[in-house]
Amino acid sequence: MTAATVSTSLGHRWSTALYLRPRLLLLLLLTPPLLWLGIVYLGSLLALLLQSFFYIDDYSGRVVRELTLATYAELLSDANLAVILRTSVMAAAVTVAAAVIAYPLAYYMARRASLQVKALLYLGVMLPLWSSYLVRVYAWKLILAKEGIITWSAERLGLGWLLEAILATPVIGGPSLSASDIGTFLVFLYIWLPFMVLPIVAALERVPPSLIEASADLGASPGTTFRRVILPLSVPGIAAGSIFTFSLTLGDYIIPGIIGTSHPFIGQAVFAHQGTAGNIPMAAAFTVVPIAIMALYLWLAKRLGAFDAL
Amino acid sequence: MTDAVVFADVSRHYGDVRAVDCVSFDIADGEFFSMLGPSGSGKTTCLRLIAGFDQPDSGRVMIHGSDVGGVPPYARDVNTVFQDYALFPHMSVQANVEYGPMIRGVPPAERARLAGEMLDLVKLGGLGGRRPSALSGGQRQRVALARALVNRPAVLLLDEPLGALDLKLREQMQVELKAIQRQVGCTFIYVTHDQGEALSMSDRLAVFNHGRIEQIGTPEEIYDRPQTAFVAGFVGVSNLLAGPIAQRVAGRPATFSIRPEKIRMLPPTQPADGELMSVTGTVASRQYFGASTRYAVVLDGGSELTVIRQNGGGQAEPQDFAPGSTVRLAWQHSQVHWLPEEAAR
Repeated sequence: MTAATVSTSLGHRWSTALYLRPRLLLLLLLTPPLLWLGIVYLGSLLALLLQSFFYIDDYSGRVVRELTLATYAELLSDANLAVILRTSVMAAAVTVAAAVIAYPLAYYMARRASLQVKALLYLGVMLPLWSSYLVRVYAWKLILAKEGIITWSAERLGLGWLLEAILATPVIGGPSLSASDIGTFLVFLYIWLPFMVLPIVAALERVPPSLIEASADLGASPGTTFRRVILPLSVPGIAAGSIFTFSLTLGDYIIPGIIGTSHPFIGQAVFAHQGTAGNIPMAAAFTVVPIAIMALYLWLAKRLGAFDAL
Repeated sequence: MTDAVVFADVSRHYGDVRAVDCVSFDIADGEFFSMLGPSGSGKTTCLRLIAGFDQPDSGRVMIHGSDVGGVPPYARDVNTVFQDYALFPHMSVQANVEYGPMIRGVPPAERARLAGEMLDLVKLGGLGGRRPSALSGGQRQRVALARALVNRPAVLLLDEPLGALDLKLREQMQVELKAIQRQVGCTFIYVTHDQGEALSMSDRLAVFNHGRIEQIGTPEEIYDRPQTAFVAGFVGVSNLLAGPIAQRVAGRPATFSIRPEKIRMLPPTQPADGELMSVTGTVASRQYFGASTRYAVVLDGGSELTVIRQNGGGQAEPQDFAPGSTVRLAWQHSQVHWLPEEAAR
């Protein structure tokens, strides 16, 4: 009897049952992540969004569960808009600087480095991610402080005047690097840089060498080949990296809390509203801002063709 | 008139590997020249040396009379059709073909016209707006050809361009490539490991092995008068007899080749005519190919010969020879090609 060749052990019967019903297998595999994303993540996000349409009673300090746009009207006050603008400009500046710094490194890693050098560079880029984020931010506070190594070296090199001049810049300057927006910017740039490097390396590695040869073969100098072939094909990598750096900067509240001025960023505003002030609707409304900005950003990137080469 | 491409004692070594080892040849202007050889034989490296993607360690490469040593690919008047086509995925078919003229600063209207003409030439008119990813393999191949030819290069290099296509399409493209070459009149240098392709398309071909050229000649010369055992074996079916068996069959202890379609297969009892060489053996295997049947015959004395017989069409020997049957093989003296003594080993 042929059926006798089919093993009757439980494991085998399971394998056979699943092999014959691929949809069941798919269901079993996808249910846990879908439940997690659907309920724990999207559910809480929707609950949060719902909160933003409630408002807080100024006298009792209690949340009134009535649908209203009053909280959003308050969100658009001048003080709040300044917070949103400051955070967005910082996020944009960090993203641009990260792309400019990451690209040459990523290019070298993807196209020039030997396997060993590449492994070392990967390690170098990833290593900071293995240690605590807080430790690294505090380390930067020491580096950037008035008594820190940067000020010290600048004075030893006779460049104290240059640092003074930089710190004297209106708006972004301050009494020391660790108490200025320049300092916040530098730390953001450092912390998020790996998230820009890795997607660009991945994108550049996917450009076939024959395309670069073909461009040269058709008469393009290396510069033209870079501009016409390599750069356009790596734009999806830059876009992916910028999504990380931009959204991470928009939402972060620890770095500006430790390094920088007392002017709050969006993350700090959310923290203050839901914690100390107990104004959950306002905190929720503030949370919607980065989501809206990211949606706008992705839409713009798509319109500009950032993902066409995918 | 100067030759399109000249190699003078060109070598290219990668460490201990002699990819190209002291190779010399001339390719005439307007010629369809093939480089045939197994993978790793140096043919693709030669092509890259002409394109400028690689530089020789020693020797000179000349294109239309000028030494191109140290000249980068973008400054050479040659274009390449790449094995993987290397079409720019972020550009339309039209933009791909216009790339070369655009780099050279041809005005937009003019280059659009040039690209349109080329797409018509390769029978892709009207597909200019598509992305390469929306085309079939055969269509991509044609775009790659149009993109190279639009620049009117002095020399067109083709690196196994038909390798990824299926048999039917490959045969059709062979005919078309030859026709396009006649039409545009530029020198084609064609790298392939497919002997059928090389024989059917080329004016002349070079057979490569281990970084050296074994033989250069017209397809007829290469096929009928191979100069080395390697050429006899790589181009067509290897039918070499050497030493004692050659002495017994043909009266000389040297090496000769006999092409399998030139051998007559007879029943062992039927005597061969006077001017024929003949030998008896046993059929070891039989493969039926429709138009022809191929037999492997083990000769009395050890060596093996392949025999190809056409099926149908007034065969003088209607008899079928099953594996195991004893047969007599016979051929004309004039069909035998003796290999030069020094190359026979």
